[in-house]
Amino acid sequence: MNELLIKLAECIEFGKINMASPYPPQMKGQEGADEITRRALEEGVPPQDILSNGLMPGMERIGVKFRENKVFVPQVLMSAKAMSTAMLHLKPHFLSGAAKQKGTFIIGTVLGDLHDIGKNLVGMMVEGNGYKVIDLGTDVGSDKFIEAVRQNPEAVVGLSALLTTTMVNMEKITREIKEAMPGTLVTIGGAPVNNDFCSKIGADNYSPDPQGVVEYLNSKIA
Amino acid sequence: MSKILQEIQKGKILVSDGAWGTFLQQKGLKPSECPEEWNISRADDVFDIAKSYVDAGADMIETNSFGGNYFKLKNYGFEDRVFEINKAAAEISRKAAGSDRFVLGSVGPTGKLLMMEEVTEAELYEAFKEQSIALEAGGADAIVIETMTDLEEARIAVKAAKENTRCEVFCTMTFDKIIGGEYRTMMGISPTEMTEALVDAGAAVIGANCGNGIADMIGIVKEIRLANASIPILIHANAGMPHFCDGETTFPESPDDMAGNVKEIAEAGANIIGGCCGTTPGHICKVREVVKSL
Repeated sequence: MNELLIKLAECIEFGKINMASPYPPQMKGQEGADEITRRALEEGVPPQDILSNGLMPGMERIGVKFRENKVFVPQVLMSAKAMSTAMLHLKPHFLSGAAKQKGTFIIGTVLGDLHDIGKNLVGMMVEGNGYKVIDLGTDVGSDKFIEAVRQNPEAVVGLSALLTTTMVNMEKITREIKEAMPGTLVTIGGAPVNNDFCSKIGADNYSPDPQGVVEYLNSKIA
Repeated sequence: MSKILQEIQKGKILVSDGAWGTFLQQKGLKPSECPEEWNISRADDVFDIAKSYVDAGADMIETNSFGGNYFKLKNYGFEDRVFEINKAAAEISRKAAGSDRFVLGSVGPTGKLLMMEEVTEAELYEAFKEQSIALEAGGADAIVIETMTDLEEARIAVKAAKENTRCEVFCTMTFDKIIGGEYRTMMGISPTEMTEALVDAGAAVIGANCGNGIADMIGIVKEIRLANASIPILIHANAGMPHFCDGETTFPESPDDMAGNVKEIAEAGANIIGGCCGTTPGHICKVREVVKSL
């Protein structure tokens, strides 16, 4: 395994964005995801390798630690920031076809709910694990989800809700997506929802944490 | 010192109110509507909620202003109406509370993350200042900053309310029980860390709200009490985690379930006990009965 990719995975896991970033303290003054990704590309490491063997292992490790309550939202956000910085260098290679993403994931916070922290976390984790992510934002109704699925018929849809008052909207949205585009898989998440709710509203999967979404997608798509 | 704190110093356990959001929904609040705008357009319905908690025996009632900060109202295009909406919120609850009960001006998080540079500290301070001043103008006795998960945002909110109003400032955060049985907010803050930081910032009362039901609150209260022997503790507990049935969400903990934990939570050190999501005037009525018997 390329030394650079091992280092890159560490930068992602610990949220080291670039050399200038003071976070995390134990990596102060070292190169971050930004510099290492650029150098790897310059040295001819295939973009696909950078994604699969640098970014993905780092994101997976932070995802697992988050699930095990060893780290919390701030650490995951720093990892996601490091990952996005690296992604900026890889984007042209996805567009040119030199590197391929595993599939497409459409995500949004449901109608009536304006909370986006959880939705963003999941989106970033999924992207860092090799998927194209289409983020529809917050307060998203059936129409917007359906339109996005029409344009990306193979995509899996993720619905997020934080509030006990908006989780009910997941039922209608799930039903209407499945009526308009039969066979579309819908995964749900958010503080008030659980497996029981998931099966009652006819969704396909519930994940209590972002890593669970990644694992679900890997089992269905990759 | 405010009257609330004097009562607590005398050793009294006080009763707070129950849910607002789930109650507004029952009254017809639609998913895309701004709950705080009802203070202007549906003031009578908001008054009914406040009044029902007064009638249930609460010593203090909150205001319909949880999402009344600049950033939340901006989502609905109401960012220029922060003062009007929050002042009205406090006036409605004041009217229901009369002069012998307390009004707690509710202040929730902005939903913006400092660490992601979505907002600056100065912008947060300004937003909390603006909202607190309006709640005081409408007659709030205290400002209750609630459902916080980020300690920095909580600290800024406490300072902004404290430095710009004469209200006492309360602050509660939302904790989950993590693997291993400890309590942490989503941002990783423990009740102990909260206690040190918020007492230092000048909060007169601290505690926890929302969460997974009242039983978990006992452990949280114990931890706060261990970290600080004298700071008054406020608990606003959910009626458990919501269940979904026939197109509606219901909450598992009945008024009796909630009341059954009140004695233990008071013994653990809580000074003010009330409800959050899913609790009703029926819950508060039962809590009142138990508190009376203590």
